[in-house]
Amino acid sequence: MAVVAPASDKPAPIRRRSRLSETWLYLRQSKSGMLGLTILVFHILIALSSPLIVPFDPTDIDASLKNQSPSGEHLFGTDQFGRDVFTRVLLGGRIALVITLTATVIAVTWGGTLGILLGFLGGRIDEAVMRVVDALLAAPYILFLLLIVSSLGSSNRVLIFTLGFFYGIAVVRVARAATLDFVARDFITAARARGERRMTIVLRELLPNVMDILLVEFAMRWSWMLLAFSSLSFLGFGVSPPTPDWGLMIAESRKALQFAPWTAIFPMIALGTLVIGINLAADAVAKALGLDRTQGAPV
Amino acid sequence: MNEPFVEVNDLTIGYRNRQGQIVNVLRGVSLVMPRGGALGLVGESGSGKSTLGMALLGHLRAGSQVQAGTVRFEGVDPFALNPAELQALRGGRIALIPQNAAESLTPTMRVGDQIVEVLQFNRILVGAEARDLALELLGQVRLPQPEAMFTRYPHELSGGQQQRVAVAKALAGEPELLVLDEPTTGLDVTTQAHLLDLLAEIVAQMGTAMLYISHDLGVIARVSDRVAVMYAGEIVEVAAVTDIFARPTHPYTRGLLASIPRLTQAGIPKAMPGQPPTPGEHGTGCSFTPRCTFADGTCETVAPTLDAAAQPGQLVRCHHWQTVAKIEFSQELQQAFHKAVRKVEPEPAVELAGVEIAYTRQGLIQRLRGLPEPPATVSDITLTVHKGETLALVGESGSGKTTIVRTIAGLMLPRMGSLKFKDYDLNVGVDRRPLELRQQIQLIFQNPDASLNPRHTVAEILDQPLRLYFNLSRSERRERSIELLERVRLGPHYRLRYPGQLSGGEKQRVAIARAFAAEPQLVLCDEVTSALDVSVQAAVLDLLAELQAEHGVTYIFIAHDLALVHAFADRVAVLYQGRLCEVGSTDEIYTPPHHPYTETLLAAAPRPVPGLRPHLLGSDVPELAPPPRGCPFQRRCPRRIGSICDEEAPPWRVPVEGHRIRCHIPLDELETAQVSAAEHVIPLEPLSNSVSSN
Amino acid sequence: MLKLTVRRLFYSLITLLIIAVVVFVAVELLPGDTATAYLGREATPQRLASLRAELGLDRPAIERFARWFAGALRGDFGMSLARDKPVVDLIGVRLRNSLILGLSAALIGIPLALGLGIIAGLTRDRAPDLWISTAALIAMTLPEFVTATFLILVFSISLQLFPAVTVVPANAPILDLLPNLVLPIVTLTLIMVAHILRMVRTSVIDVMTSDYVQMAILSGVPYRRVVLRHALPNALLPAISITALTIGWLLGGLVIIEVVFNFPGLGTLLLDAIHTRDIPLVQGIALATAGVYVVVNLGADVLTLMLNPRLRTLRTA
Repeated sequence: MAVVAPASDKPAPIRRRSRLSETWLYLRQSKSGMLGLTILVFHILIALSSPLIVPFDPTDIDASLKNQSPSGEHLFGTDQFGRDVFTRVLLGGRIALVITLTATVIAVTWGGTLGILLGFLGGRIDEAVMRVVDALLAAPYILFLLLIVSSLGSSNRVLIFTLGFFYGIAVVRVARAATLDFVARDFITAARARGERRMTIVLRELLPNVMDILLVEFAMRWSWMLLAFSSLSFLGFGVSPPTPDWGLMIAESRKALQFAPWTAIFPMIALGTLVIGINLAADAVAKALGLDRTQGAPV
Repeated sequence: MNEPFVEVNDLTIGYRNRQGQIVNVLRGVSLVMPRGGALGLVGESGSGKSTLGMALLGHLRAGSQVQAGTVRFEGVDPFALNPAELQALRGGRIALIPQNAAESLTPTMRVGDQIVEVLQFNRILVGAEARDLALELLGQVRLPQPEAMFTRYPHELSGGQQQRVAVAKALAGEPELLVLDEPTTGLDVTTQAHLLDLLAEIVAQMGTAMLYISHDLGVIARVSDRVAVMYAGEIVEVAAVTDIFARPTHPYTRGLLASIPRLTQAGIPKAMPGQPPTPGEHGTGCSFTPRCTFADGTCETVAPTLDAAAQPGQLVRCHHWQTVAKIEFSQELQQAFHKAVRKVEPEPAVELAGVEIAYTRQGLIQRLRGLPEPPATVSDITLTVHKGETLALVGESGSGKTTIVRTIAGLMLPRMGSLKFKDYDLNVGVDRRPLELRQQIQLIFQNPDASLNPRHTVAEILDQPLRLYFNLSRSERRERSIELLERVRLGPHYRLRYPGQLSGGEKQRVAIARAFAAEPQLVLCDEVTSALDVSVQAAVLDLLAELQAEHGVTYIFIAHDLALVHAFADRVAVLYQGRLCEVGSTDEIYTPPHHPYTETLLAAAPRPVPGLRPHLLGSDVPELAPPPRGCPFQRRCPRRIGSICDEEAPPWRVPVEGHRIRCHIPLDELETAQVSAAEHVIPLEPLSNSVSSN
Repeated sequence: MLKLTVRRLFYSLITLLIIAVVVFVAVELLPGDTATAYLGREATPQRLASLRAELGLDRPAIERFARWFAGALRGDFGMSLARDKPVVDLIGVRLRNSLILGLSAALIGIPLALGLGIIAGLTRDRAPDLWISTAALIAMTLPEFVTATFLILVFSISLQLFPAVTVVPANAPILDLLPNLVLPIVTLTLIMVAHILRMVRTSVIDVMTSDYVQMAILSGVPYRRVVLRHALPNALLPAISITALTIGWLLGGLVIIEVVFNFPGLGTLLLDAIHTRDIPLVQGIALATAGVYVVVNLGADVLTLMLNPRLRTLRTA
């Protein structure tokens, strides 16, 4: 009667799915997430293909075509210099996308690395650095951006590194909090007790767990970064005219709002749909990964 | 018309999963409870027992729905009530005592106000009247100083006190039925015993009916007069409590009862094969078929019904219950226990001498102000563990068991004393220990959910020690990990799974495989079975015992369950507040003379034998810090002899070589008092002590 | 509790000090100094040297920082270079205007955000929540200048209800400012409400699914009371500090809103100061903004301390 059967004599029917495909499965169930992704992909496709498809030269000035309302020839009308708004809107996201994406990669990389290290090491260094991080988050970020960009000039390189640096500060905090959450768990204790090297623990044990959070962080930071970049452009510290850029176009349209509102409306729609798309997608990805994107604020 | 008090009829509750299929958590459950009855509802995780309890209160988990069947409480269907009627039912006629009182009390409301609130809405009492009654209730659940308790916030109370407040809150509405959902799980044994005693008394006094939900058969035996056993969403057996424990008729009930370790019985109980199915993954026939030794072709295809069995009032859901009933259960139980085979060698493996460990070091300022050093968390530990031996560290929460083990593992440093493993000095942190020493000492944790990295596959988990200690190549690691998995009875196909895709028992097997991948000589086991379902516990113990026999490893085994310790350990060290009370072989620890603390623990342990009333000794007031002087157990000791206990550290007394008790009371006095107390209160279990070894 | 309050106060001062250092260092690291910025093209080595001596720029950085910070603590931020006026005088009236804008938005926005957040949280995933959450997502993600431009298009140009830009001087009495305030306040409020309500919503959802709220429901406590006594106090406690953080962050967005509406606040002053490279003024504005932020956070911390029994009853530090 003494039956000592193996704990599992027949392989249980486990659905072997990679995490990626599982996440995708959940993501597909979210209507808003799919809408966001579609918008995002659409924007990226336009940014990639626009130089080939635009009907006009974006910087062609023609005083005779000033402030024309939308028509068959000029779908979105023309601006105060007679430039084709449709052409400029299609091209106006390219610089923003490239700069903000690069800056976001920088921000999440340095912020994530420092945050994980602080969370893992703890102690005095952690406390001191976090004081500074908290204080920097307290300072109005736009002030630093303006200060630096105004004195170093708004070259792409300056913009990328300035945005990347300042937006990484908030990532430090998020990555550290996520790390602290895992550092106390037994699998880290187990690795320590085994005598694994610290580097191994960080890379092998911690990083895969914090990665999800960093991915969501990436999407969030990217959308905030777009806001910051277009705000700088709007204030005249970003892309310099006559390069087409949404923020700049909206700023230039202000004087003509009364009689040529289309010069503002179309870039606004373009910028608005892009940031909303990113946020919808970020929300859905966070949900699919089982994380709650609780904090809306970039702090 | 005479309505039954509680009647559940063919109740099926299910939820829709992400794939859109309906998963039934409860399947055709029927149940009758008389007024004033005490029904114990036993089952493992996922058996649907809590869902059933909540259904009586008309509550479903979010997303769940009643798919079929009815619930009637005195003829009333709670699911058909409007919100106002439901409010009147809940708290007023049916009250709930939840598992985790700490999280069930609103943190921003004073304890007293929370009770007054129940009085206000269920008994329309307000003002001074409500307040007085609330104070009375606080007194009734034996909380000290009700007046002071009234104004406290939940976080200011201990776990046991919070649970008492939850009881007072439930009683406030003078309910006719109490639903208790594992109310003592997570509490220390002495606290649990006091709470169970209190509940039994109050329920008897007020004539309240109880539905007591628990996975712990010891607790169920103590509180119920009838027991319903649940498996995979169904009731598989219902009977009077004495019948369930003496003449169980369902193979699952039998297996479950045979698989729990017993206080009076040395040796590992018989493991039940397999694991309970996850909801919705039962077959078309009897859901117990894959784990059943009686199963045949019928069982796989035809679902049995719940039919009357031999005893009056006994119902069982099994095609073969008559065959099962013919086998005398007491005999089956006797044969169930087997002693682990061990080779204990005379040479010491681990030696601790005068070890003292403190969590907080005194700051410079305190030292300059000349404040006395606070007593260390763990102090004066002198212990020897022999090679191949299993030493159990026993004590309630705060006893320092885990601290000691972590210090041996090098995760903490002692403040004083010496620790040695063979010829190695253990007074250094893990990062300064040589590789071969780290390889020889391995840890297994309580909760495999936390100790296995959720982002690693089983193969990656097993790779880590293999790479670190043996520098094996990829193909060697693969080969070795398959060997290891087979050794812990998991097939090679488990290599590619993530911990999230495994059951609790499987995860713990992976954790064990990881520890043994290092080919260790000393394995530190921290409550390794307490996160597991009852029916898979014994199989894990078996596995650990086999591995010990094969590799001759030494175990230091932390546990709070004294029956489990009796099943598995060679020697036991009893700790209170980080101080040793008693050390001895398992037999010596479980027979008088005991240290009064050991006695208290043994007396309080719930046992799966109906009719036993635990013998309550001393108070259950938890202590936060050890006393600065005298005996560490002075404040709770039931055998205190006077101020000497407060003033002087007690001497070690040695009844026989290898057994020591630290107490001021002479051994013969201790023994006489304890033998008579035990005879008076605890009848011997109707089981012989004979142990069949294999 | 007093001890905790004192500690928070101490942390606030440290935060302020760190910001001061960072602002100072940032200015210090950038090419050129106050003197080159001031003199611009007229800079000759002699004039630079004499101006530096006059402004104390030849002293070591630490000494200059100490002098500046000590002055700032006394309310003396130095002289504006471009305008030859004390920085404090310039900031004063602009700070008043910005505070009117910010406080009005907070007064309208916070109660609105709490109300909407609670409704959304209680009706999770049902119609009211979906409407509120979607609107919030849009309001939160659109840049301030897009929202502002949109409002101008609708309310100033189409409906002609409010002026599109402010034309009154900075030191005008509040009543004259009022019509100019409406659209900036609406813009700021929209964004603020969106941020705060999302957090309140999450917090309410967390608390409503907590064991103690479930337990209160199962004890026969009426739903209204469960929400008011059991759920909301616990849901709103964490929202306090997050709200403060958000408000602080939104101060940055104020710059853009002020620019769009040409509103004479601290933000437009900052932009002017940057254009004219008026470094003492930039430093003063930075510190003043940080000061507002620190005060808001300190207030939130103390409020949380007072309302949270777990912290209130904490006897040991």
